[in-house]
Amino acid sequence: MSTIQRYTAQERSNHWVVAIAFVLAGLSGLALFHPAFFFLTHLFGGGPWTRILHPFLGAVLFLSFMGMAARFWRYNRITPADRQWMARIKDVLCNRDQGLPEVGKYNAGQKYLFWLLVVCIPVLLVSGIVIWQPWFAPYFPVGLLRIAVVLHALAAWIVILAIIVHVYAAIWVKGSIRAMLRGTVSEAWARHHHRAWYRDVTGK
Amino acid sequence: MALQSLDIKARSATTTQPPAARDPLHVAKLIDISKCIGCKACQVACMEWNDLRDEVGTNAGIYDNPRDLTDQSWTVMRYSEVEVQQGRLEWLIRKDGCMHCEDPGCLKACPAPGAIVQYVNGIVDFHEEHCIGCGYCITGCPFNVPRISKKDSKAYKCTLCSDRVAVGREPACVKTCPTGAIVFGSKRDMIEHAEGRIADLKARGYANAGLYNPEGVGGTHVMYVLQHADQPELYAGLPKDPHISPLVGLWKGITKPLMSLGIGLAVFAGFFHYVTAGPKEVEDEKVD
Repeated sequence: MSTIQRYTAQERSNHWVVAIAFVLAGLSGLALFHPAFFFLTHLFGGGPWTRILHPFLGAVLFLSFMGMAARFWRYNRITPADRQWMARIKDVLCNRDQGLPEVGKYNAGQKYLFWLLVVCIPVLLVSGIVIWQPWFAPYFPVGLLRIAVVLHALAAWIVILAIIVHVYAAIWVKGSIRAMLRGTVSEAWARHHHRAWYRDVTGK
Repeated sequence: MALQSLDIKARSATTTQPPAARDPLHVAKLIDISKCIGCKACQVACMEWNDLRDEVGTNAGIYDNPRDLTDQSWTVMRYSEVEVQQGRLEWLIRKDGCMHCEDPGCLKACPAPGAIVQYVNGIVDFHEEHCIGCGYCITGCPFNVPRISKKDSKAYKCTLCSDRVAVGREPACVKTCPTGAIVFGSKRDMIEHAEGRIADLKARGYANAGLYNPEGVGGTHVMYVLQHADQPELYAGLPKDPHISPLVGLWKGITKPLMSLGIGLAVFAGFFHYVTAGPKEVEDEKVD
């Protein structure tokens, strides 16, 4: 099986720092989100430790995500072909891939996920700083705190849903996970899922 | 339950019904502002009974001292000089502190199970040993009462001397008030007592005298007799129609269970997509 390099070691490391920070920030955030998830505080050493650690995990998530966003920004511009691809999302979901518009390094679904995160993660950072006890929250008026808690919960919810879709897509589309673990994909995978990118990197 | 008098009616971050076999007396503290002389004996009694010592501050040129509620000052007198009628100066002194809302916003906002409880008698109490220091109670409170300690990052406020009330005594501030401006008893008795005071004030020319027991938070277990009940803002910004912010309602109301459900559904949708539509495999992957 001949393979193509899709991600460098740095890109992969960056992605996994983001992923680990997301899982930890997500679990500690859910713990404070609804009583049903409060038991997750045990993973972080109890309630106060969860409250202390969560914002720092969020800061790591933000910084590492910004690094990744800078790396992948240029591959994620939305094109007319993306809209056509999105119009046929039903076929994509039913694995009827024949005749789909050619896809570059990323398909429209991946691109929308990217832009959703580019919007939501800074919202999480800013709203998170506003409610960050005990360092920053005392300096903001209570009206702003109330807006920030709602925005923070909403943005976090959107990100969690988006990442569930992202993780599922990686499980669903066989051959994808190795791209982010090992850095390589098979030629067949590249040709099938990312034809335009395949032509770019191989010249075939 | 340790003490029957401290049966819990509502508990923060708890979605099931706490023990509800008994329904003891509902209590209330009534503060008659028309009788208050601003001596601050209640502040001292509060510090003494609760073993609190705030830092000695500086005189800012007004009587308010300390200037604000803190984790060490659970009640403060707020002095307002107002001219409700031209040429008639009135000195309105309000003892500020937790209002012990029937529908407590702090408890609604709190994510830590059992850090905030409401006893069946109506007292809202913070159990600091369960507090995680997130400050959500501050966003929930319509009266700007909870304060986070800089020392331990726990939230503090007036307990209505729940420890005293539990054994049949009145709160320390009530016990010490030299003019009888603060009284304590069953909520029904306090409303009745207030009615007498209001009739008296009306007879003395305070046509708008009335009871402050705001409906927006389901009524409170600390109530005021106000000379000018039509303008509670005169009393150092006492809110006219306090209610839990709709943002907090949105944040802690129906949306959270719905959002949690959404997350669960997303996971299920993925799983069932996999078992129905199946994975996307490139057939010649192995051959190529």
